[in-house]
Amino acid sequence: MDIFKQRKYFIQIIIILISIIYIIRLFALQVVDTSYKISASNNVLRHITQYPARGLVYDRNEELLVYNQAAYDLMIVPRQLEAFDTTDFCNIINISKQQLIKEINKAKKYSYFKPSLFLKQMSSVTYAKLQEKLYKYKGFFVQTRTLRKYTQKIAAHALGYVGEVDEEITKKKPYYKLGDYMGISGIEKSYEKELRGKKGVQIYLVDVHNRIKGNYKKGKYDTNAVAGANITTTLDANLQEYGEKLMQNKKGSIVAIEPSTGEILTMVTSPSYNPALLVGRIRTKNYLNLLKDTLKPLFNRAVMAKYPPGSTFKIITALVGLQEKVLYKNTLYSCHGGYHYGRQIVGCHNHPSPLDLTHAIQYSCNAYFCNVYRSIIDNPEFTSADEGFKVWRDYVTSFGLGNKLGTDFANELSGNIPTTKYYDKYYGHGHWSSLTTLSLSIGQGELGITPLQLANMTSTVANRGFYYTPHLIKKISSKKNIDEKFLVQRYTKIDSSYFPIVIDGMEKVINGEAGSTARIAKIKDIIVCGKTGTAQNPHGDNHSIFIAFAPKDNPKIAIAVFIENGGYGARWAAPTASLMIEKYLKKNISRKWLENYILNCDLINEQTQDKHME
Amino acid sequence: MNKRKTNIWNNIDWITVLLYITLIIFGWLSIYSAVYNDGHQSIFDITQRYGKQLLWISASFILILIVFLIDVKFYSLFAYFIYIATILLLISVLFLGKEVHGARSWFEIGNFRVQPSEFAKVATSIVLAKYMSSYNQKFKKFKNLFTLAIIILTPVVLIFLQNDTGSALVYFAFILVLYREGLSINYIFIGILIAVLFIVSLLVDKLIILFSIEIIAIIIFAFRNKKIKNIIITLITISSATFVVWGINKIFSFNLSFYIVNLIGLTLSTIILSIFAYWNKMNYIFIILGILYSSILFTNSVGYFFNNILEPHQQTRINILLGIKKDPLGTGYNVNQSKIAIGSGGFSGKGFLQGTQTKFNFVPEQSTDFIFCTIGEESGFIGTSIVILLFVSLLMRIIYLAERQRSKFSRIYGYCVASIIFFHFVINIGMTIGITPVIGIPLPFFSYGGSSLWAFTILLFIFIRLDASRLDLFA
Ligand SMILES: [Zn+2]
Repeated sequence: MDIFKQRKYFIQIIIILISIIYIIRLFALQVVDTSYKISASNNVLRHITQYPARGLVYDRNEELLVYNQAAYDLMIVPRQLEAFDTTDFCNIINISKQQLIKEINKAKKYSYFKPSLFLKQMSSVTYAKLQEKLYKYKGFFVQTRTLRKYTQKIAAHALGYVGEVDEEITKKKPYYKLGDYMGISGIEKSYEKELRGKKGVQIYLVDVHNRIKGNYKKGKYDTNAVAGANITTTLDANLQEYGEKLMQNKKGSIVAIEPSTGEILTMVTSPSYNPALLVGRIRTKNYLNLLKDTLKPLFNRAVMAKYPPGSTFKIITALVGLQEKVLYKNTLYSCHGGYHYGRQIVGCHNHPSPLDLTHAIQYSCNAYFCNVYRSIIDNPEFTSADEGFKVWRDYVTSFGLGNKLGTDFANELSGNIPTTKYYDKYYGHGHWSSLTTLSLSIGQGELGITPLQLANMTSTVANRGFYYTPHLIKKISSKKNIDEKFLVQRYTKIDSSYFPIVIDGMEKVINGEAGSTARIAKIKDIIVCGKTGTAQNPHGDNHSIFIAFAPKDNPKIAIAVFIENGGYGARWAAPTASLMIEKYLKKNISRKWLENYILNCDLINEQTQDKHME
Repeated sequence: MNKRKTNIWNNIDWITVLLYITLIIFGWLSIYSAVYNDGHQSIFDITQRYGKQLLWISASFILILIVFLIDVKFYSLFAYFIYIATILLLISVLFLGKEVHGARSWFEIGNFRVQPSEFAKVATSIVLAKYMSSYNQKFKKFKNLFTLAIIILTPVVLIFLQNDTGSALVYFAFILVLYREGLSINYIFIGILIAVLFIVSLLVDKLIILFSIEIIAIIIFAFRNKKIKNIIITLITISSATFVVWGINKIFSFNLSFYIVNLIGLTLSTIILSIFAYWNKMNYIFIILGILYSSILFTNSVGYFFNNILEPHQQTRINILLGIKKDPLGTGYNVNQSKIAIGSGGFSGKGFLQGTQTKFNFVPEQSTDFIFCTIGEESGFIGTSIVILLFVSLLMRIIYLAERQRSKFSRIYGYCVASIIFFHFVINIGMTIGITPVIGIPLPFFSYGGSSLWAFTILLFIFIRLDASRLDLFA
């Protein structure tokens, strides 16, 4: 009938066999192996997380910038609490009795059995005093943590800060537990994984006197913490410090890049803050204060502020014209106080006329570049302004403008290079032309470029046509190489043969005869190439801009300086850039008068005074 | 009508019911102890898990009553309907479900969460019983086997997509049912072979796999052929062919990998050997070769499937399951803590509510997947062996009841119940004592959770109901 009936025996045998194996296993685990048992019945096991030291951060010359200092967290396990002298206890750790009761209740609410944080970051003095008497306070123990310390008050934005994780993060990334720290911004964020290391767990036997008796099972179940990797940044601490000093009492930014590598030498954002303000118990309070500050010291202008590049952008207009073969070295345009079209005029200042390309850069002639721009967009090879504009935009974005550069800086912004869509929407398709967009030729209008992008553009010109994605990382101690993407040469769509013509013009800007736009930036024995810019600012005084690289051959530094409400480029930005270059290449400053001129410039308080006078 | 009802109550197998109640009580006490906190005293406090579990247990008794009131023929008549409805639920939870611990397998209605995959076990058992009891030519026709595979694998795939790997694996327990009903041992061997090849090809270098498969094929050939001469010829042919290919590769520097060289060598030698075998009418060689080549093909496609078709999180799950990847505070940590807790219980345990390890700061699943730790710590070896004996008794009792059924439907369903409980029992307890991999599935009747408790209750009591009416059912 049922020929497979005997198969039930096999199934029953399997069930019994496995059960016997399990019982034997349990017997071995629970009865034979006595090492699992805890000798005295009152003893408990305590799981203590081993927090690894966070990696150190160095500058490019291996000068220490960020290190750690031990801090002590007082932990509590409510179940293990026994009556104790509360007055004495409160005195040692300097809290009120109400606070004590409140904290104990809070811990009980969380869990009777799991440790919770009782008091954050005690000083080592408090810790020493408490340690002696800890045996009296059953249920309390101390966990060692580390806090960030800074050797100097510089580079707050680039270094970033570390903060406690919130519940959201612990849910998304189970590695983090409440009370853990993680990088929130800057390098601390970008290299969180490398810097944080790996937590470990140690299980200790604790006796009835709340004393640690040793490792449970000789550490068989412990995991060791792995220290975080050290990081060498590309920043030059001396130059960074000098840059921040020059930028005191001014709003703006300085970014300097080593063209041959894309390494960011300096990233100054002003106003800034002392990085030590955002560490430990004082962090939240200070953070809120900085947030409220009307000068927005938390706003990282170097990578987040968009400015029109002003006349520095004429370099790009010239290069696109050359590449498109609508402009040659000897092309002459005359200028009669500006570029006239219809009843309108793009004004220009007084200079010799007509000019060829290098001289047009030297004198920063607006009319010249209006002509070049129009010949690019209205090139008869294109069927419409639309097509010409697209070609123009392609060239511009190949310099890393209008998009995120992809640096190792988490919150960089993309800036803005308008698209044909934008103008179609604004004016209607076919209802705009090279004239409508003419202000782009001289870097005004809808253009928005971050200081980092402008520095990178300068670096690209210094390299005669390519750039490395700018980055802050030079070396990670745990890895052989930095990210591959920082080692790739990224070429623009401009042939490298066109760059020398433009660079000659940039040389003349500084080293040319009287009337050149930025003779103030000249440094003895070094050929600096640069270009001034002035960004129109509808909200107040124009922004002063300067880009430069030096030396002309084998450039070592490319720099972009933005000084908000600083007026003409040559007024504040050019001398600042010049001083920075001198500092970097010559180590000391020969032009003390120029240094004092910048240091004494106060554009923040001056303005507020002006406002008061109104 | 009246007569039949009394009939049912008289025929209920009270031993099974008693075992069920014992397990439930033991389970609830463990949950109470696992989440016990000095601050909360009332056992009815439904903000606490033990309070909620008490609620689920009460609801289970209502479910049992409902199961008893439904006519036994209902399950057989509506088997396909129940199954299809469940499949639709499994599909809709993929889109409408709520994600908990990374698995999208929960419906949320207000404060209340239901996990349809738990109930899918019941539906699949019913439909398996229905399908397998309705034809005579069992496991012979390809069509029948194919249908069975579809019935079992559809929920597996859907639950795997929900990211609930553990619940998906439970369905492999049905192999026991198929075995009992006459599935050829060969199929089970093939199943095991596929499973082993799948795991091995993720763990071991493919060159080693190739060699191992070759060697196994030669050993099988040797057992079948038994002539030393033929085996030596085979070995010489394979090695010389491989050597020739290797030499050519070297001389002409084709830069073929060592794996490819061996594969070409093997192919060449099999062509030669096949001709030899054909002449000597040794047809079984072609079966061996068939298995050999499909194994090689399979191991190679596993890598492709794994890397290109599976999502990264599914890859991680399989990797952790196989122990390829270890997260320091993840599964390995849980198992260590679990062993410490159970081990520290000793022979007689620390006493009810006296455990410290299970309440300390480890495994988050102490009242669900790792409930066995609490038993081990507080009741010691005595408690753990009692729990194991209770489960063995329940399983033996179910098998005994299944075998006494006159209806094939009831018997098959009974085996389904036993297989599912057995699988959960083996994996759940096995993982807490470090024998089986950490697959997150609950311990039946013990683990905290309404869905799991209800599903197991319904699963078991449908069978008790079927058994109570065994004298009315034939076929
Ligand atoms: Zn002009």
